Amino acid sequence: MEQYEKIYLYKRVVSAKLFIDKFYADSIDLDDIADQANFSKFHFIRLFKSIYGLTPKNYLIHLRIEKAKELLREGHSILATGLMVGLESPTSFAGMFKKITGQTPSHFQKSETIRKNKINEHPLQFIPNCFAETHGWKK
Amino acid sequence: MITKLTHTCIYVLNQDSAYDFYVNKLGFKVHTDAPMGKDARWLTVTPPEQPELEITLFPIIEGAMFDKETVQTMTSLIRKGTFGAAVFTCKDLLATYEELRSKGVVFKKPPTKEFYGYEALFLDDSGNWFSLAQINS
Repeated sequence: MEQYEKIYLYKRVVSAKLFIDKFYADSIDLDDIADQANFSKFHFIRLFKSIYGLTPKNYLIHLRIEKAKELLREGHSILATGLMVGLESPTSFAGMFKKITGQTPSHFQKSETIRKNKINEHPLQFIPNCFAETHGWKK
Repeated sequence: MITKLTHTCIYVLNQDSAYDFYVNKLGFKVHTDAPMGKDARWLTVTPPEQPELEITLFPIIEGAMFDKETVQTMTSLIRKGTFGAAVFTCKDLLATYEELRSKGVVFKKPPTKEFYGYEALFLDDSGNWFSLAQINS
């Protein structure tokens, strides 16, 4: 019986995590997330952190920054990227991005663009020689 | 003295589908996605917390590396689920199992208690199987 209760609790926390994964770009807050899991806020935060290593709030922040990295790599502007991950103020987006990654969004985007161009222009520099030779890519 | 594993290969039947599986379902990060001429692509991904280990998603296609007969044999063996490709670990197996199942990942063994912790087995989109473990600390 205890095992079934545990599985039921897990399903609710996982469902809340998937809710964050889906709606990270919207203005969701902790109450929305706890409501989604049908938990008291305190119990929910404790359980979520024990499973994912971060509080729901910090998980949401990290997820937004990870999604922002993808968008910046794709060439979206910093302003548009912030909006697309649910951070409407460019200043708070830039500040949060730097706090988590150690780089400003513009610096990150610039270095990723340089790397992407290098991959396209000289792909063999990114492939171990043994694989390139086996594929016949060195010819 | 060997110090680290930096690259490893997983043979896949379709690179686009493998990209979707490893990135969008398992949550791996793309490390390098380099076009290598017509019908060829060098695609590597990394586990979320192990950015230094590149897993190459290697397509089984006829060319310099595989002849037609090898492609047929390997495709058939992978589809049959012959190859166990790796052991992945996670902090919480039950939660990871529930999440991956909800994303459509197929498990051939549910979380089961083992002497070292808990283990489940899942299949990728090609048919390779993997152990997913939560190791006792």
